[in-house]
Amino acid sequence: MTTQNMQVSQDDLKKIEQRARVKRVTGKSLTYFFLTVWGLLVLFPFYWMLLTSVKSYSSYNAEYTPKFWTAAPTLANYRAAFTTVPLARYFLNTLIFTVATTLIMLIVVTLAAFAFSRLEFKGKNLVFTLFLALMMIPNELVIITNFVTITNWGMRNTFWGLILPSVTSVFYIYLLKENFAQIPEELYKAAKVDGCSDFRYLTKVMIPISAPTLVTVIILKVIECWNSYVWPRLITDDPNYYLVSNGIQIILFLIFHKKIMAGVSRGGTKG
Amino acid sequence: MKKSKLKGWLYLLPAIVFLGIFMVYPLVDVFVYAFQEGFNFASQTYKGVGWYNFSYVLRDPYFLQAVKNTFIIVIITVPVSTGLALLISLGLNSIKPLKNLFQTVYFLPYVTNTLAVGLVFMILFKKTAYTDGLVNLIINWFGSESIDFIDGPYWAKMFVMCFYTVWVVMPFKILILTSALASVNEDYYKAAKIDGTSKGRIFRRITLPMISPMIFYLVITGFIGAFKAYSDEVAIFGTDLNVAGMNTIVGYVYDMLYGDSGGYPSFASAAALILFVIVLTITVINLMVSRKNVHY
Repeated sequence: MTTQNMQVSQDDLKKIEQRARVKRVTGKSLTYFFLTVWGLLVLFPFYWMLLTSVKSYSSYNAEYTPKFWTAAPTLANYRAAFTTVPLARYFLNTLIFTVATTLIMLIVVTLAAFAFSRLEFKGKNLVFTLFLALMMIPNELVIITNFVTITNWGMRNTFWGLILPSVTSVFYIYLLKENFAQIPEELYKAAKVDGCSDFRYLTKVMIPISAPTLVTVIILKVIECWNSYVWPRLITDDPNYYLVSNGIQIILFLIFHKKIMAGVSRGGTKG
Repeated sequence: MKKSKLKGWLYLLPAIVFLGIFMVYPLVDVFVYAFQEGFNFASQTYKGVGWYNFSYVLRDPYFLQAVKNTFIIVIITVPVSTGLALLISLGLNSIKPLKNLFQTVYFLPYVTNTLAVGLVFMILFKKTAYTDGLVNLIINWFGSESIDFIDGPYWAKMFVMCFYTVWVVMPFKILILTSALASVNEDYYKAAKIDGTSKGRIFRRITLPMISPMIFYLVITGFIGAFKAYSDEVAIFGTDLNVAGMNTIVGYVYDMLYGDSGGYPSFASAAALILFVIVLTITVINLMVSRKNVHY
């Protein structure tokens, strides 16, 4: 009797195990299917962009039904893009704008984050709260006055006019502050005992330790600059200013994506 | 002590100066503009002080249309994108092979110029005299009629808009949620497994509470971002959003200031303040809800 019971439960166990395995495999396949569908949805516009860019004008217009590939790819469109519009000039503009903005922002943001994370002074918490409140204010609300300010300063159609309003970011100050705060206090005290000045400590200890986050901030800021549209359109009368650097951006991302991912997720989970 | 006190302010000085000039001062200015009636940009004069600008904006059919569009975009895209991002992140978290590849691909839209991709979306959905566009081709395969998504009926345009908005905001949400999921302590799952807890219960009782701060962070920033929608609309429907009937509140502010009907900083400021009040109200509500439900 007991052996028979054992036998039955053995069989049941096998059945249950098998059912569980089938369930697991179906679940996994469904997950992969779902993830692949989204991946294709993400990639398709890029593929289409690339495809359209290598189609000749006549073959693009001749297609009543759009085709998924082209038999005769051409680079004529790239040549045209660089010759009909002063694309090289726009490109240079974007480059100068991006480099200058990112550099200045980095200095401003690092100094502020250092003050918030290491230095002690009266009103620090109040100022930090005020900074956070500023983060909630939509950019569009202040864009009107900034436009007037820059116009009054005679900076329309200049690089300074483009750069100055976007050199501070509370979002990055916050991110860096969280990162700086993680560096052990003991290091700071030891440096103080050795007679190291605050600024030296910042440049020689904190910045090297926080390098990954700084790299992330730099990359995100560069992306932001490249994508900025409203402000450049307002401040320069040039509507084609922004459409230049897609290809390079993607290459940059593919090179740095590991660093971006690592840095952003580190900052993201702290919050 | 006194020296280091000064030093703190010194380090903060650049940030305070820039924020003061480009964030705080404009806020004061927006208030002033919004209440000046009959402001003339050329002569910098105004007739009086009052609520006229607000009542004008609130009666402007273009503004009302913009408010309606903005609210539809917010109400559809925030829950859809957050939910979808959560599903994708859960999926990503449960697999090992190809995980990095998927993650990299999903982050790609974040680094691209959204305007350029918007143009591609426009091409894919557009119906012209020459071609019905790729999306219509697929619709035809399923035996339905072609629809003009860019110049056609309102719901079709709204569909493209919401689809594109979700597509654009997904990368950041997936990134935040996958890292939040990865940082949940494994021990909780092990303990639950030993107790024979079901998968749904594990999700509701462990995963969801543990990542709730990040979900609320995404919802709050998602609301703020969606209310600020503008450049995505331009990418798909062109700069004349009023004609397309697809303008947003920020687009309205922008047009009032600089568009073809531009040169009305008073109306623009009034509209901007209305937007700010809306966003602030919703953010405060969000914060209150999150304070009740977020588990730290």
